[in-house]
Amino acid sequence: MSTAVVSEPSGFALPQGQLNVIRWNIYFGFAVLAIGVIMGLGQALNYAQVDIIRHYPVVKSYYQGLTIHGVFNALVLTTAFANGFIALTTARGFGRKLNDALLQAALWTLLIGSLLAAYAMFADKASVLYTFYPPLEAHWTFYLGLALVVVSTWFISAAQLVALRGWRRDHPGERVPLLAFMSIATYVMWDIASVGLAVEVVVFLLPWSLGLLPGVDPMLDRTLFWFTGHPIVYFWLLPIYVSWYGLIPKQAGGVLFSDTLTRVAFILFILLIPVGFHHQFVDPGISQGLKFTVAAMTFAIFFPSLMTAFSVMYALEIGGRRRGGKGLIGWFFRIPWSDPSVAAQVLAMIAFLLGGISGLMNGSYTMNMEIHNTAFVSGHFHLMIGCGVALSYMGIAYWLIPYLERRELWSSRLALFQAFLYFVGVMIFSHGLMAGGIAGMPRRTDMLQASYDLPAWKIPEIMTGVGGSLMFVSAMLFFFIVVMTIVAGKKTSQRDLPFTATVQAPPTIGWQPRLDRLNYWVLASVVLVIAVYGPVILGHFPLRLTTAGLLYP
Amino acid sequence: MERYEKAFLSACAAVLVIFLCALGYSSVAMNVHLPSHSGMIYCNAGQKLRKVLLKTPPFDHTGVKEIAPGKYQAVVIAKTWAFTPNEIDLPVGAEVKFIATSADVTHGFFIVGTRVNMMLLPGQISELDYRFTKPGEYLMICHEYCGELHHTMAGKVVVK
Repeated sequence: MSTAVVSEPSGFALPQGQLNVIRWNIYFGFAVLAIGVIMGLGQALNYAQVDIIRHYPVVKSYYQGLTIHGVFNALVLTTAFANGFIALTTARGFGRKLNDALLQAALWTLLIGSLLAAYAMFADKASVLYTFYPPLEAHWTFYLGLALVVVSTWFISAAQLVALRGWRRDHPGERVPLLAFMSIATYVMWDIASVGLAVEVVVFLLPWSLGLLPGVDPMLDRTLFWFTGHPIVYFWLLPIYVSWYGLIPKQAGGVLFSDTLTRVAFILFILLIPVGFHHQFVDPGISQGLKFTVAAMTFAIFFPSLMTAFSVMYALEIGGRRRGGKGLIGWFFRIPWSDPSVAAQVLAMIAFLLGGISGLMNGSYTMNMEIHNTAFVSGHFHLMIGCGVALSYMGIAYWLIPYLERRELWSSRLALFQAFLYFVGVMIFSHGLMAGGIAGMPRRTDMLQASYDLPAWKIPEIMTGVGGSLMFVSAMLFFFIVVMTIVAGKKTSQRDLPFTATVQAPPTIGWQPRLDRLNYWVLASVVLVIAVYGPVILGHFPLRLTTAGLLYP
Repeated sequence: MERYEKAFLSACAAVLVIFLCALGYSSVAMNVHLPSHSGMIYCNAGQKLRKVLLKTPPFDHTGVKEIAPGKYQAVVIAKTWAFTPNEIDLPVGAEVKFIATSADVTHGFFIVGTRVNMMLLPGQISELDYRFTKPGEYLMICHEYCGELHHTMAGKVVVK
């Protein structure tokens, strides 16, 4: 490589107080994941007609367990991990500390919100699943808890923007450092995307559950839910992209090629927020023209992920070739597979690729009718969030926890085994669900008690149970490794993040510096949101809130 | 390298556009339509949706009706945790329009092995056309969680 190589040499380390807040976010997320995973084992075995949920303490029904599984794993864990990890990458990217009060506020709102929601769910007062479609009604603590979980992310976003302003003041005319840019773009996207969920919960569901509103508008609330419900996937994904773009190339011994392409990918996620209607393709009350428009936008949002595939794969290839890999695919075997952090995340990428393809099928306008609300959808998102995201969290944890604790990873070999076991488990599990879904097996249904069954579902059900059990064993190994690292890992000195370099430096002249002006992109995004959602939402006014709820079903 | 980058991204864009054209073709040329605006059922304060439905056509007469030679309509009401009617009988080759709604919470309407797949929301009417070409007994299930006995909400479509 003859081009200039850019890196960040300052070696800035956060003050210990801030590292502690970050650490508690991460540990809280993993503690919640542990509970979610225990629930998940019950659900996977339920498909295989093995009833262990009956023996669970507190949990009275399949659906109560499923609600806890979904809320903890998909909402609380993801928020806790992003709040902690992205706070770290923002601070390290800028080389400056964040606002202490905002960081603390984020942690406390997250903890209080999660505990409120947990109370409602464990007391069996909120078995409404993590989509909580009204008029199924939960206890008010459930809605308030979820609202606070969302508010916690806004504190992190505010902390980032304060840091950005301070950094710009100290570095006039400079480009925003890539790691910080990606981190901020993630939260700016989420600021816009989270408005739908916030309005649904704060304006409608919370007052309704407190008896202050006579009813709900199920169609409107569902539409608001999915406004957030699709881009929430980006909120799960983008922190992982920060790792894949900003850290993995370095860990694999390579460099990131294009700074500009990376920024464009993140900006596209900010721009293409209003695609939630593709979760409502078979809903009544939404025109086919709008549905097809959103299908086209959904295909467009596939594009930044294809860009990512290119950039990240090339970064890995540089690493593999530097380590002696030859030939068309020889480099792939020379990336550091013995590093559990790299191995876990590259396996996560493979799962994510398969998940992306199945997602394209879900988003395919007419084809969606074959699989909507079947187990195919659960198979798809377990490839995405259950492996692409979750296994990346584990991979990141394999350097992050040693970094936070100043200890060596307790057992690299066990960690490596854990990552491969998880990958194999997810492949079997998701294949089971997807094959079952194609044969019409419904999702979110207690298949053990169901009054119907088909012979074609038999093998998929067994695969789901077997794969889910492997995932469970692997997740337990992960928690074991984390705990052992914290209590018994060999002590080391403070290290830095695996900070990647880019081959092409960010240009300071030309059109590229405008990429850093996020307000342009936010404005464009808001205009698109209004164009797509405005007419549908206005169509619900004046509101007719007459549907009574079905309490604690 | 930038050359490869451009080639890769152009190829990706082309593939996505081709997929989208295929979907447009399936909808327009093959006449596969998604549920959309099919009307609403309004209920004033104090009224029960379940009662209002009994007086609102076509839901005042649930079940199958031949509306033209070879053309049928099947009117279904979903409520926790059953479909009314829970059995729909049709002749082979029948073109049928399913007209359905929910009397309480959000339900699903899915006939396994077909593309008859709709969400049923209280206050909204869902419609979908389908033609059964193979005789047999089809499972008709609610595929959206609707409460503690959701997994018992099923019926059948018998095509003879």
